[in-house]
Amino acid sequence: MSAATEAKADPSVAAPASAGTELMTYREALRLAMRQEMQRDPSVFVMGEEVGVFDGSYKVTAGLLDEFGPDRVRDTPISEEGFVGAGVGAAMLGERPIVEIMTLNFLLVAMDQVVNHAAKIGAMFGGEVRCPLVIRTPNGAGNQLTAQHSQSFDAWFAGTPGLKVVSPASPADAKGLLKAAIRDDDPVLVIENLPIYKEKGEVDVDPELVTPIGLAAVPREGSDLTLVTHSFATVRALKVADQLEAEKGVSVEVVDLRSLRPLDVETVATSVAKTNRALCIEEGWPTYGVTAELAARIQLACFDDLDAPVERLGMAEVPLPYAKELELAAMPTEERIAGAILRTLDLAP
Amino acid sequence: MSTTLTAAPPTGLLDLYGEMVLIRRFEEAAERQYKAARIGGYCHLSSGQEAATVGTVAAMEPDDLLVTGYRCHGFALARGVSPEAVMAELFGRRDGCAHGRGGSMHLLDVSRGYYGGWGIVGGQLPIATGMALSLVRRGAPQAVLCELGDGAVNMGAWHESLNLAAVWNLPVVFLVINNQYGMGTSVERASAEPDLFKRAGAYRMTGERVDGDDLEAVIESAGRLLTAAREERKPAVLEAVTYRHRGHSVADAGLAYRTKEEIEERKLADPIERTKALLRERGVNDEQFAAADAEAEAAVERSIAFAESDPAPDVDRLAAGMYAPGSGGQFERMVPGSPLGERELVFSGGLGE
Repeated sequence: MSAATEAKADPSVAAPASAGTELMTYREALRLAMRQEMQRDPSVFVMGEEVGVFDGSYKVTAGLLDEFGPDRVRDTPISEEGFVGAGVGAAMLGERPIVEIMTLNFLLVAMDQVVNHAAKIGAMFGGEVRCPLVIRTPNGAGNQLTAQHSQSFDAWFAGTPGLKVVSPASPADAKGLLKAAIRDDDPVLVIENLPIYKEKGEVDVDPELVTPIGLAAVPREGSDLTLVTHSFATVRALKVADQLEAEKGVSVEVVDLRSLRPLDVETVATSVAKTNRALCIEEGWPTYGVTAELAARIQLACFDDLDAPVERLGMAEVPLPYAKELELAAMPTEERIAGAILRTLDLAP
Repeated sequence: MSTTLTAAPPTGLLDLYGEMVLIRRFEEAAERQYKAARIGGYCHLSSGQEAATVGTVAAMEPDDLLVTGYRCHGFALARGVSPEAVMAELFGRRDGCAHGRGGSMHLLDVSRGYYGGWGIVGGQLPIATGMALSLVRRGAPQAVLCELGDGAVNMGAWHESLNLAAVWNLPVVFLVINNQYGMGTSVERASAEPDLFKRAGAYRMTGERVDGDDLEAVIESAGRLLTAAREERKPAVLEAVTYRHRGHSVADAGLAYRTKEEIEERKLADPIERTKALLRERGVNDEQFAAADAEAEAAVERSIAFAESDPAPDVDRLAAGMYAPGSGGQFERMVPGSPLGERELVFSGGLGE
């Protein structure tokens, strides 16, 4: 385990010296993380449907087969339960498999291996055997992919003791968190997002720089409201916050969770203590969701600080439809985020 | 090891006879202790399956890996886990072979290459397949023996694992212990192709059936298939046909789905008696059998005495091992607003230490 992931998660810890930054997409940042870790550690290998010859269903693994060969970039049949479980078994013997699942929706057919097997190994073996497995997969709606391909089950996995779940919102954290996940000795689910793959940002290419698991970020400071979110909803929230500041003089602080388990409630609570209001946003269904967990913890940790009830916004609780108008109506769009911010501030018209 | 055992002198087979008797006496004791409420949870006995268990494990090299389903007391004992550690595990004690975390279904001993004891039917197959993949990646000359029951062959995990093992040429032997019933559903009622070994053909994989109550035949088949896995990276299916004398678990009388007559008839082919007859032909005398029987009984008695005096696991370490060392710091910032007792039970209890 690296010093960075081992270090007590503390935002005041200075980042290691920079090797320079480059502008790249989220997709390229993920690829950079895998390439760096595969160069660093021969036990790291990639496995999944179409990761090799096809260059990746969403081109995240493009070029890796040429660089590392078919043993380390291993195409699989369409057998999620089989190859996720094979990743578990290989990890138990000390490999560091990165298993790509085409989308989070398909991970459901491997649920038994993730929840009943991978998550249990540390506890069931009393720490004698570890399972340093990474599963990477995108979630998300917005591409008219309809009911079976547009879901976000982040909370299902984040609610499972024995797993770690991270979900980066920026290219820099995509690189940093995937690297941390690969170096971690526990099973880590890295939840990516389809629309976010093309987002660009500055990435510190230092191969030793990782983003610590269990540490949220505050990408935007503000004084009126704490908006807690993760993944692509963070990208939307930041845009909306800038727009509302310009139009209505509203000051929104955005907390990007980055990790869902462990969940950095401390950073959230510190922010809420300052702003006295909280709005939690997710792309999943809010009932029993990430925002449900956040609301429960915020009211326990921040009861005396709150000037208003904790608000939540998520996906409308329906299977996602095809027609663009219907899909947009269900999603936590920028417009709905703006409305939720104003409502939480009692500024709704 | 397998080749020498195939031509085993009577003393080698006599040792294996002793292991079979140990397993039978152990299972009888486990049933008594379960009924006395000193063993909890589920408790699946393997009486009647001793030759299939002992014979396949005897064919393994010391550094081969073993993965099994939940009917695993016999496999743990055959692999050399001490009866004390197994009984202590059934009692949920500190020095149980799974630290009191696993119980009857999740026995394990990593030092003997025994990676569990898994409780979801078929779930261990992909894991065994991945272990075999790891052996290949490292160029290790070992094989994985993956045990499952006849009920597991209708799970998707069976199909996916056999296919992966075949397309990737992995050194794994899938051992189907066909004891005729998946809980109370017979193989004929559950499987469209009841000759289970034939299913290997769908993956262009060797499939064999062996009389699972014939100790020597089991050793020979398992030895040959494990050697091919090790030396030629050829996966295989070995179906060992046997019979479960007891119910599915201690809570099942085992009579709702089969007749007393059937059970009595099958008991006439008891693998322990068959092995005894074989050894008698080869000159083993009553005195030697009596000594082996007495040793097995004494070992079981010692295991109960040990389990009775072994302390409970330390409750303060409830979360220990769940996460890797160093993870405690990752979880520290999760403490504010956590549910009642979580701080005392989990965060202060050695999480990630």
